[in-house]
Amino acid sequence: MPGLSAYLVVAALVFAIGLFGVLTRRNAVGILLGIELMLNAVNINLVAFAHLHGDVTGLLFALFTIAITVAEIAVGLAIVIVIFRVRRTIDADRLDLLRG
Amino acid sequence: MTAAIVGFWAVAVVLLAASLAVVLLPNLFHSVLFLAVALVATGVIFLFLEAPFLFGVQLLLYAGGVVVLVVFAIMLTERIVGQRIPQASHGLINGAIVATAVFIGVAGFLLQAGPAPAEKPSGGDTTVALGRAFLGPYAVPLELLGVLLVIALLGALYFARED
Repeated sequence: MPGLSAYLVVAALVFAIGLFGVLTRRNAVGILLGIELMLNAVNINLVAFAHLHGDVTGLLFALFTIAITVAEIAVGLAIVIVIFRVRRTIDADRLDLLRG
Repeated sequence: MTAAIVGFWAVAVVLLAASLAVVLLPNLFHSVLFLAVALVATGVIFLFLEAPFLFGVQLLLYAGGVVVLVVFAIMLTERIVGQRIPQASHGLINGAIVATAVFIGVAGFLLQAGPAPAEKPSGGDTTVALGRAFLGPYAVPLELLGVLLVIALLGALYFARED
């Protein structure tokens, strides 16, 4: 089995890639995809540490994050669809109603 | 032993390539397909970490549920007006700088942290241990999670309803 640091490096790379996607995508759905990647990287870390310590608590937290992510994506996509109905665009740069 | 390491790095390369495709491809629909690949690769990494139950959950919830939801959202938001929305990314250089800085920060912390302590054996099937934990000390959080899912799905329905 590869060591802990291998998992952590892979997870950090996936997290950085997801962050890049969140920062550069202008489509709201694309931003949500980047957030998915970032949360996925966090799960890899949780499971890797659970494996290292032989403790099941990390797996529990990974399961909780997975379920909460599903709830988040459902609500997020519903919001995207409502925004699209009202504004006819999901370009994040043009959704600036709350900008002062 | 070495076969497991080669297999892990093969899966890791697939995961990283699919992740890059998710954030870089101009067509958002292709991005979602590569997101499915990345999520399945993550599930295989869970298998390497002796967590087969999480592999199943990953396939069912992420690769099954989330990908279908996102595909629906793309279909609904791209096809209503009949014209394709441009998926142009911008600020690529700034985004790359920030993402690289975050990665260097995490990697620097890893280098500074020194070698990991020795692995402790998990002692048997993690799925059995997970089930016992969910019905024992973590029963209340599990029920709250169920309530949260119901609330989230009702909220999504409320937002997306026709009125």
